[in-house]
Amino acid sequence: MMIPGVSRILDRTASIFLAVVLAIAIVVPFCNLLFPPTSPLHVPTYLVSLFGKYVCYALLALSIDLIWGYCGILSLGHGAFFALGGYAMGMYLMRQIGTRGVYADPILPDFMVFLNWPELPIYWYGFQHFVYAALMILLVPGALAFVFGWFAFRSRVTGVYLSIITQALTYALLLGFFRNNFGFGGNNGLTDFKDILGFNVQSPGTRAALFSISCLALALGYLICRALITSKFGKVLVAIRDAEARVRFLGYRVESYKLFVFTLSACMAGVAGALYVPQVGIINPSEFSPANSIEVVIWVAVGGRGTLIGAAIGAVLVNYAKTTFTTGMLAPYWLFLLGGLFIAVTLLLPRGIVGTVQHLWATRKRPADNDASGVSEQAPRPAE
Amino acid sequence: MSAFLKRCAVLLFAFAVLLLGSQLGQAASYEEALDKFAADSYAETEEAIAAIAASGHPMAAQVLDALQNTRLLYDPASRKVFIKGSSVSLLDAATGQPLAGAPADAQPVRVNNRLRRVIDAALGGLTLLSSDPVKRLGAALAVFKSRESNALPALNAALAKETDPKIKRALTDARAAVVLNFAEASESDKLSAVVVIRARGDQDAVGLLAGLPSDTPAAVSRAAQDAVTAIQSQLAMWTTVQNAWYGLSLGSVLLLAAIGLAITFGVMGVINMAHGEMVMLGAYVTFVVQEIFRAKFPALEDYSLVFAVPLAFVFAGLVGILIEQGIIRFLYGRPLETLLATWGLSLILQQSVRTAFGPTNKEVSNPTWMSGAFELGQITITYNRLWIICFTLAVFVALLGLLRWTRLGLEMRAVTQNRAMAASMGIRTGRVDALTFGLGSGIAGIAGVALSQIDNVSPNLGQGYIIDSFMVVVFGGVGNLWGTLVGAFTLGIANKFLEPFAGAVLGKIAILVLIILFIQKRPRGLFALKGRAIES
Amino acid sequence: MKTLTTNSLLYLDGVNVSFDGFRALNNLSLAVEPGEMRAIIGPNGAGKTTMMDVVTGKTRPDGGDVYFEGIHDLSKLDETQIATLGIGRKFQKPTVFEMHTVEDNLALALKNDRRFQATLKWHESSAEKDRIDGILETIRLNSQRNSLASSLSHGQKQWLEIGMLLAQEPKLLLVDEPVAGMTDAETRQTVELLKEINRDRTIVVVEHDMTFVRDLDVRVTVLHEGSVIAEGSIDQVSTNERVIEVYLGR
Repeated sequence: MMIPGVSRILDRTASIFLAVVLAIAIVVPFCNLLFPPTSPLHVPTYLVSLFGKYVCYALLALSIDLIWGYCGILSLGHGAFFALGGYAMGMYLMRQIGTRGVYADPILPDFMVFLNWPELPIYWYGFQHFVYAALMILLVPGALAFVFGWFAFRSRVTGVYLSIITQALTYALLLGFFRNNFGFGGNNGLTDFKDILGFNVQSPGTRAALFSISCLALALGYLICRALITSKFGKVLVAIRDAEARVRFLGYRVESYKLFVFTLSACMAGVAGALYVPQVGIINPSEFSPANSIEVVIWVAVGGRGTLIGAAIGAVLVNYAKTTFTTGMLAPYWLFLLGGLFIAVTLLLPRGIVGTVQHLWATRKRPADNDASGVSEQAPRPAE
Repeated sequence: MSAFLKRCAVLLFAFAVLLLGSQLGQAASYEEALDKFAADSYAETEEAIAAIAASGHPMAAQVLDALQNTRLLYDPASRKVFIKGSSVSLLDAATGQPLAGAPADAQPVRVNNRLRRVIDAALGGLTLLSSDPVKRLGAALAVFKSRESNALPALNAALAKETDPKIKRALTDARAAVVLNFAEASESDKLSAVVVIRARGDQDAVGLLAGLPSDTPAAVSRAAQDAVTAIQSQLAMWTTVQNAWYGLSLGSVLLLAAIGLAITFGVMGVINMAHGEMVMLGAYVTFVVQEIFRAKFPALEDYSLVFAVPLAFVFAGLVGILIEQGIIRFLYGRPLETLLATWGLSLILQQSVRTAFGPTNKEVSNPTWMSGAFELGQITITYNRLWIICFTLAVFVALLGLLRWTRLGLEMRAVTQNRAMAASMGIRTGRVDALTFGLGSGIAGIAGVALSQIDNVSPNLGQGYIIDSFMVVVFGGVGNLWGTLVGAFTLGIANKFLEPFAGAVLGKIAILVLIILFIQKRPRGLFALKGRAIES
Repeated sequence: MKTLTTNSLLYLDGVNVSFDGFRALNNLSLAVEPGEMRAIIGPNGAGKTTMMDVVTGKTRPDGGDVYFEGIHDLSKLDETQIATLGIGRKFQKPTVFEMHTVEDNLALALKNDRRFQATLKWHESSAEKDRIDGILETIRLNSQRNSLASSLSHGQKQWLEIGMLLAQEPKLLLVDEPVAGMTDAETRQTVELLKEINRDRTIVVVEHDMTFVRDLDVRVTVLHEGSVIAEGSIDQVSTNERVIEVYLGR
């Protein structure tokens, strides 16, 4: 974007958010690596990975907010793009294991040796090169989203229909990736990773670096989203969300807009998945499960959709709660809490946390600086 | 055919004479045969088996059985043969008398795989004449499999005596199988045998006819070839029928699970993600009712399902009305948020049931009138599947009647077509919504009763059906029950026809892809409502 | 493509549309000349809105010809293509982008490159700004330019939508019930506005308000059960026996 756009993209909220993300990107690894474990300022390595996971989730949530909050496309299958990105990264990491696997085959990953596969399937070719894998991390989710979106948007599948179909999409992939003969490790997925770009994935240094990179990716993703939504393109998106037919009658090709933003969002989700995998050390088909994808949507709803930073905040908050709950004696009650969260947010807090704060801020400010020109009732909620 | 029978009769007569004749020298030949075991050479053992089988001695079956299980011992010194019992006991093979202890160097008579087949056939021949019909049938089937030519005399004898038509059939088949693999049988005999096997018409028949020995006469081979082709085309037809039946069965389950969803979606425009949990609740109601009957009225246990159906309907229906009044009412006009809220609800319901009943599967038994199966041509039809199809159709017809002839039905149809207009005509849309949701949930509860009969009752029961139900609704369109019917059966049958080619998983994926392509043509399903009010 | 058969800007011939057995348009024929303003009246269910749906590509006709400028077969095109040809539409229920400001609503409607690549790079030029200022003046919403459209009154939303139509610079405007829910003063202002617009654009206006139609003082077409039953000046049609019977009442 050009210079005049900068102030448009970086309003105060955006600048603060970016500053916080970048600060975390520096401070957390710093505290992990430079302070000895005895120091109160030390951040243990497991926490670095945990926070890294949250940051990846935040990026995933951001990608959903872009399409749901601004364009009204509720995807219940975004986990599929996340997982595809993750698998692409996982394939790269598998190829890096080389002879260190249990069967010590220089080419074939262990699970292929175990299944008596004579040679590497064609779609695994090239994944030993990081650049190729990185390309696939963007291309595979993007291409799937493009093909799927092309069909869905062209035939004007909208609303709950679209949500259901996206859910079916991830469900189909779930079934497929569970199969051994798909060549992605079946049930067990891909794991036992050793190196990434020559660095040991387990070492604190690599983990700290991955954390920082995840934060940078979040910041970059956020900037891209901001650039989009503050442009005229973003205005068209919101217009589509609120009155799709009107946009068509104005002569805009609604499906191209949806397709572009949906594909972009899928690529973002793919990147999030790719950064997630080396930090958690495994990718398996359960990432495709429809329940996972819906859970992401609730992060966005909790934080406040159509606010971008809300999505990121919601992802971190809900996942922090999940970690706290599911590791303690309260584990059996987590699903009650999560289910209750879905209901409570939709019924009581439709704007989400950030949306509500922004709304209160705006209504407190408005009477002061706005006119008497009949600004009547409060702004309605974004339509479905 | 009569010529064949005549020949059989002649053979039988000869066999009978042979049997009678052997009766005299029986004891002697039996003893001689036993002696051959002591040589412990495969060739002599084989002769011994044949001799013992032909001897008709009362110990014959016992000896052969012992040989088969390497419990037949011999003492090289005394050339005596013993039968080791299942415990420590020991019998003299010649006399059948129990013995105190075996000689120190007694060892089992060795058998190899070839001999085992010979023994099988011999034993088969022996049991062919057993007085127990179950054993006779088993023996006939065994001979059909082994095709040992030395069973032929016994077969002929058995055929002459047999009165049970089913066993007779099996014996005829077995005889034909033996004849076809018996080099010395005449060509005309073999041709008649091909006819017999062809009439059998199953996979075993194909296996038999396709694997004839190389010395089979050309005419017989040709006849066998023709028979295989004929049987295979017939089998293919039966496979089609079988797939169609499985498809109908799956379709009826899908219909039952989806129809409630279709009604609520049609009338209210909301997707109830907790619909699967309503199904699950219905299944648990069935379980509880069954447990109560088991404890309190064991005599009526077989009919607990009859009570479970209305109870499940009422219970799930009430839960549905509660959900509508407590949650969905407030989200009117925000279908995507309704979707999220009901998903949350489904998590809560699942976890509640898991807490109350435990995470494991609950066992709901089939009542006797729903157990078992019957054969229809080459396919097996289980009673529970049949009942579910009938039950589904009954529910469908009842629902159709309700929509067509009741006040609620009329109001529901009105709201489906044009909510605003219906409201302005004085229809209390809020009440219609609540009742519709209750009805949809109630039907889901009934679906749960049916599913408890064919699936595991667990907290996850509903999750397994929900996505397929969505697909039915998307495919069939809303606002018309016939769309749901056609959608469910189409998907069910398509699924089952794709499975053999693509496997269960790829079949399912293919279906999903096809649906995505289908909505290109008909974005609102097969039976979409048209009109201005629908589109806006 | 069919050869030029007519000088009419909008030409409908023998158009049929049915919804599940209900005939919304029944052999409808209608021609609107360039520069004309045409009023279309008729009772509820006469097919007025369906006719607009057919012209703008929202509904596909089951049969019949729909031509724009004599060469474009509208029955083969979708909404976006038709809008790009230069047909603008105002809905019966005012449809503006509630979460956008008045100014943004107009900016989105301005005649411009509609491809998404273009919107990504777009910056408001001074010419465009002038254009928006002009339209705001015309529709009398200058003081609300930075308010959200959702905060406008019903009549203001109607005008905003007309303003958006103007910004599109269409050759033909289809205006569905523009004065529904307006005060008398607003209605009179709307008449002036439409007349002003009509100076360089063709307009088809559907309306129930007979005073309004009389004030417009243009050629009137009366629809009933999906077909035209009368056409002419307001005085001619209001004395037509059949029109009185089915619509105006005695």
